[in-house]
This record gives sequence, structure tokens and C-alpha cells, in this order.
Amino acid sequence: MSTALLEVRDLVKRYPATTAVDGVSFSVREGICFGLLGPNGAGKTTTVEIMEGILPPTAGEVRYRGEPLGARFREEAGILFQKTALQDFLTVRQCVALFRGLYAHGLEVDEVLRICALEKLAEREARKLSGGQQQRLLLGIALVNDPAVLFLDEPTTGLDPQARRNFWELVQSIKARRKTIILTTHYMEEAELLCDCVAIMDRGRIIAQGAPHRLLTQHFAEVLLELPRQDFPEAARSLPLKLFDTSDRVEITTHDLEGTLRSLLAAQVPLTHLRIRPPNLEDLFLELTGKELRP
Amino acid sequence: MMRRLLSVFHARNLEFLRDRGTLVFTLLLPVMLVIGMGFVFGGPQRPLFKVAVLGAAADAHAHPFLAERYVQFVSLPHEDEALRKLTHQQVDLLVDFTGPTRYWVNTDSPKGYVVERLLLAAEPGARREPVAGKALRYLDWLFPGILGMNMMFSCLFGVGYVVLRYRKSGFLKRLHATPLTAFEFLSAQVLSRLSLILFVTLVLYIGIGTIIGFHSAGNPLLLALLAVLGALSMIALGLTIAARFSSDELVGGLLNVLTWPMMLLSGIWFSLEGSPRWVQRVAHVFPLTHLLDAARAVMLDGAGLAQIAPDLLYLALTTLVFLAFGAWSFRWRIE
Repeated sequence: MSTALLEVRDLVKRYPATTAVDGVSFSVREGICFGLLGPNGAGKTTTVEIMEGILPPTAGEVRYRGEPLGARFREEAGILFQKTALQDFLTVRQCVALFRGLYAHGLEVDEVLRICALEKLAEREARKLSGGQQQRLLLGIALVNDPAVLFLDEPTTGLDPQARRNFWELVQSIKARRKTIILTTHYMEEAELLCDCVAIMDRGRIIAQGAPHRLLTQHFAEVLLELPRQDFPEAARSLPLKLFDTSDRVEITTHDLEGTLRSLLAAQVPLTHLRIRPPNLEDLFLELTGKELRP
Repeated sequence: MMRRLLSVFHARNLEFLRDRGTLVFTLLLPVMLVIGMGFVFGGPQRPLFKVAVLGAAADAHAHPFLAERYVQFVSLPHEDEALRKLTHQQVDLLVDFTGPTRYWVNTDSPKGYVVERLLLAAEPGARREPVAGKALRYLDWLFPGILGMNMMFSCLFGVGYVVLRYRKSGFLKRLHATPLTAFEFLSAQVLSRLSLILFVTLVLYIGIGTIIGFHSAGNPLLLALLAVLGALSMIALGLTIAARFSSDELVGGLLNVLTWPMMLLSGIWFSLEGSPRWVQRVAHVFPLTHLLDAARAVMLDGAGLAQIAPDLLYLALTTLVFLAFGAWSFRWRIE
């Protein structure tokens, strides 16, 4: 069994008006992708910034390879913040070279450019890159020291779907190199695709933790049926079904798919736009908190 | 450590050199100063003789010399001060009418020679007391002030706003996530700005020397040492302002609070001799005052290391104090 690379113990972060992190504990094994999931304001970024050594905790501690965070951690960690600006007027290559110069060991600049598919952009000014290209550059900068642990804080927020998929492919190729990755996201699709283990956060606490498929089997023995709201007549609400309204659709959770379909047909609910799918992490969050992840 | 420091130093230099607008302005300002000063001071001097009279104003009837046209008479109470002005040719002749008429003339001054003829025509019995000294214009006195002012603005605003911008954009936070220390980061900023300032000052020094010419009696290496310590002290002062704050308005306000008193009281444009004692005391808190006093002592009077050692020491000490305070109060991120 792998040993814990990072251990987070009883972490608390209080601000005058709020408690952002309220007694969080978990450990991250070496070589896995660990996801911290939750809506905006759940405490993910605060937790991860304390883990990165950027923010001091109010209480609790973070240990890296069994030791408090220190010089070794700084040499071996790669970090991609949610938002980072680089120096003006520097090219992609110069930005990578600047950060490479800050570490004793690491990859060659050309190697970093190759891994992040930035070779053709190497001489372009960093500030003139598109959103997706900038995220690839920031990922490259996080990789310059060939890190043992890579922190990715909401890395695809604001990217278009194509750029997001390209970024996921990049992260998967880094994962294949047996790097430990800590990912925060509010995209459940991203977490399901990339993470081996997730911790779901809400209001500064962890409300569920484990491998995504195990969490789903633990909490759901059901399937989900989705219907557009306008197709769901008011009369059908009296049916003995487990319903949940989202902004534009009605979700029905059931163990008995055939029986539910029969009830809907009998209530003359149009099923033309019916969608049947297995539950995902977003549904799990809904199940656990009674609210949507992205309202 | 050196590797990390040099990486940040190199990147900052590249950023500055690629920022065309700032680069052009930084290089253009000294050139404009050179040209402007050339227009103002480069032409022939005005045909006016200036004669200092020791003590209270004398009676023009008793001394017909005082009625000469095209001669400006100024009353100076102290002989030492008057002789210094004569040595530096800020006056052409010094006359003492308090007893038997005696006068001092700078034998190196052509205007001194002419105005001496006028005096002797009017007062043939006047006794001559010779004084030697090389010609000195207002420009010669002003020149170190212009260099110092340019340095002050570049040090304070150049460093202050760059670090503020880095903090606001999150670039500092990103650097904080690396092994780079605050001391290494600040040192790289100091060295980058110092290189730039020394280069610009050298351009200005050579430019004005070539186009207009100025008086410099002292050791150029001593001036270089003075420039390094003066710039370091003011860069470090800029860092104390930039170390912590994240508001443009606040940082801009604080920088103005520092620069304006220095502009007025450090002796850029005029000497503080004769001003109230407390004003002179306040002025001597500013690094720029020590830089200018020492620069003028070296350039105008040929002072050596021993004479300006107190100023050098003050600049070195303030650099250490400001840097220590800057490193102590430094924040990587907006709080």
C-alpha cells in the first residue's frame, strides 16, 4: 500500500467574518489524483492554499512526507493557481526559463514546452496568448521543477469546452508519469474523469470522501430520469415519485425504472425528451446537501 | 541563491527593456534635460557684474564705485561665505568699505579683471587681496541636483509601482510558491533598478559634460560610489512603501509625500543656507540631501573620501534600515 504523501490534519481557517475551513482532515497517497470538489465558497481554494504553504492556517497542520511544509516541499511542489498574471513583455520561453531558474532541479525549458505543446508559441509574448494557451503555459511553469506533487486549482474555469478537453488530456499525460495531483474543481465531469479519490466540501467541511465510483455506489442504487420542466404537468406531481426541480428540468430518482415509466405514461407525461442516466457526483452533492452544485 | 536572484533580475531587466514606452521615456527624460539645460545655460552669460559688499550697505556718495551702471551690488554679512562665493565666481568682486577700502578679486575670472578696473578708477587707493578659484556657474551647482532628482524619481516610483503591480496581478503570490525568498526577490529588484539608474545617470553625466560642460574637481570613482549608495538608499526607501500595500492611491500618495519634501528641501534647486535651523535639520533626514551635499562637495570643492564619509555612512545605514524594514514588512499577496 502506498504511503501518504500529504496529510492534512484538523485544518481550520477563520477570518473575522467567516470560517472558511472548519476542521478538515484527509491524506493523499503518492501517485494518485486527489480531487477537492465543491461549489464556490466551499473552502476548496483556502484548503489548497494552506496545503501549498501560501496561507497560514488558524489551527491544524499539513505534513509533506511526514514533515511540516518546508524547503523540500517548495522544491518538489508545482502549483497552478486559479488566477496568475506573469510579467509583462516576456515570451513564453522566457517565462518558463524564469521559473526554471528558481529551482535547483527540474526539466529543461524545451522539455516543458514540448510536454505542454507550447513549442510553436515559444517566442510569443505570454500576455498575447488565448485563455487555453495561458493555462497550458501556467501548467508548464508548474512543471518546471519536475514536481512530485502538482496542485491544480480550478484549472479549467473559464475555458471553452475544446480548450478544457485539451487541458484534461494534458493532465492525463502528467498523471501517467505517476505524479501526485491535487485538483480543485466544481466541474464534476472533470473530477470523474481525472480523480482517483475525491473529497466533497461544503461550508468549509468535508461531507464525503472516497473513490468517485465507490461514493456513487454507496449513495445511489438508483437511476435518474430527466424531463424538461415544461413537459412535466402539475398533475403528475402527485405521483409517488422522488422528484427534484432544477432551473429547467425535473429529475426523478428511482430503483424501479419500468414501474416509474409506467406511472409517467399513465399520467400522460410526454416522454419524447426523457433522458435516463446513472447518477454522477453532481447528483451526489445534491443528495448530500439538498442544493445544486452550480445554482 | 544567486541563481534564483539572477533569474528574477534578468526577467525584470527584460520586462523593462521590452516596455518601449517606459524605456523611451526613461532615456528621453535625461536627453530632454540635457537639451533644456543647454538652452538655458549654454549661451553667453549676461553682461552683468555682480559685486559683493561686506557688511551693511555703504553710502553711494562716499563711494562713487557703488553708482557704477551694469553692476549689481549684493550685501553679504559674513566674510567666509562671501569669499566662498567669490572662489566659485558666484560674485565677481568682493569689496569691504567698513574701514580703508580693500577688495578681493578672483585672478582666474575675466569678469573679475574688468570690474577691478572699474573699482580702481573710482577708488584708486583700494587695497587688493587676491583669491584664486576656478569659474563656477549656477549650472555647475545645479547639475548634481538634476542628477539627484532624476535618481530620486526613478528609485521611488520605478520600484514602488513595479512591486505594487506584481502584487496586485498575483505574480508575487506565484513567486511565493517557489523556493525564492523575500530577500532574494527584493535584492533582484534593487539590483535591476540600480543598474538602470547608474546607466541613465552616466548618460546624463556624459551628455551634459559633452554638450555644455560642467565643473567637476573631484574623483569620478568617488562620485560613482556616491551614486551607488545614494541610489541604493532611495531604492530601499521605495521598497519600504511597496513592501506591503496594495492600493494604487495609497502607494502613489505615500510616494508623493516622500518626493515633494525632498524636491523642496534637499537642495536640488537652491541652497538651504540661511533657512531656519529646523528646516535644515528636517532636510538632513532625507537621503537625497546627503547625496547632493556630498556630490557638490566632490564636484565643486574636490572633496575626498574622508570629507564625505559621514554622508556615505548615512546613505549606507539608511539603505540597511530601509531594506530591513522592507523585508520585515514585505507581503507576497494582497491581505
